[in-house]
Amino acid sequence: MGLIDGINKLFDHRIRLGIMSILMVNEHVDFNRFKELLEVTDGNLASHTKTLENANYILVEKSFIGRKPNTKYRITKAGRTAFSKHIEALEHIIKQQK
Amino acid sequence: MDENKYLEDIGQIKDLMNRSSRFLSLSGLSGIMAGLYALSGAAVTYLFLLPQPGSYITLHSWNFKLIIAILLAVAALSIVTAYLLSAKKAKKNNEKLWDGTTKRLLISFLIPLVTGGIYILIKLTSQHYGLTGSLMLIFYGLALVNASKYTLGNIQYLGFAEIALGLMCAALPGYGFWFWVLGFGVLHIVYGAFMYLKEQKR
Repeated sequence: MGLIDGINKLFDHRIRLGIMSILMVNEHVDFNRFKELLEVTDGNLASHTKTLENANYILVEKSFIGRKPNTKYRITKAGRTAFSKHIEALEHIIKQQK
Repeated sequence: MDENKYLEDIGQIKDLMNRSSRFLSLSGLSGIMAGLYALSGAAVTYLFLLPQPGSYITLHSWNFKLIIAILLAVAALSIVTAYLLSAKKAKKNNEKLWDGTTKRLLISFLIPLVTGGIYILIKLTSQHYGLTGSLMLIFYGLALVNASKYTLGNIQYLGFAEIALGLMCAALPGYGFWFWVLGFGVLHIVYGAFMYLKEQKR
């Protein structure tokens, strides 16, 4: 087995990695919470959530709180499996280095 | 191979998982202080305010009002101490004290606690004093267990211990005061000291 088998290219980016890490341990997270935790701009965050959404790793739910639009994200089953594999691969690589 | 980048990735995953879900860890010191406040309050109550054998306490008597005042003071002091110590720690770690997680932590803590508080007040106004100690312990324990999913550390075990004490207290009427001392005083100090030692080791 090659060393980087299991490394998911999609997660090979700071912001996407961050989004997935947060969604692994939170049932749902809204847009502003992501901004607060990841310290990114609106446009930057939106493009990365879009990428993950297109890969079917996260689900987007749009709704309104009063008159304000509210966008919530949650992780899909496929996303959870893929990210777990990615973490395993990372850990595997690090163990090999030691 | 870029092994450092992978290490960094793992670090970032862990950091974000912690910060996004359970960043608030009450310091051991706040536990110890809360226990000491409770013990001092209990000591004053025991020495000066408990009814003499043969007499009993009523809702409108002065010592009842003073006991309530002491209870509120103990609660307020504990909360202020916990807040100040957490704010200090958050500042040191460069974290925000007030964010989504803290909000959810407070809400899940307050739902059982306020429910219990109102329930106890209703029972008191209908002259059911006997179970107050037990009810306080049980609802406080439930509040801790409920809030523990948003905190670091082992606060749910403190919650379980408080619930267990509350149930024992319900089974042994007449010892409410002593169970209260044990639950709010001694348990907090034991838990706080345990956490404090763990913090020092890190």
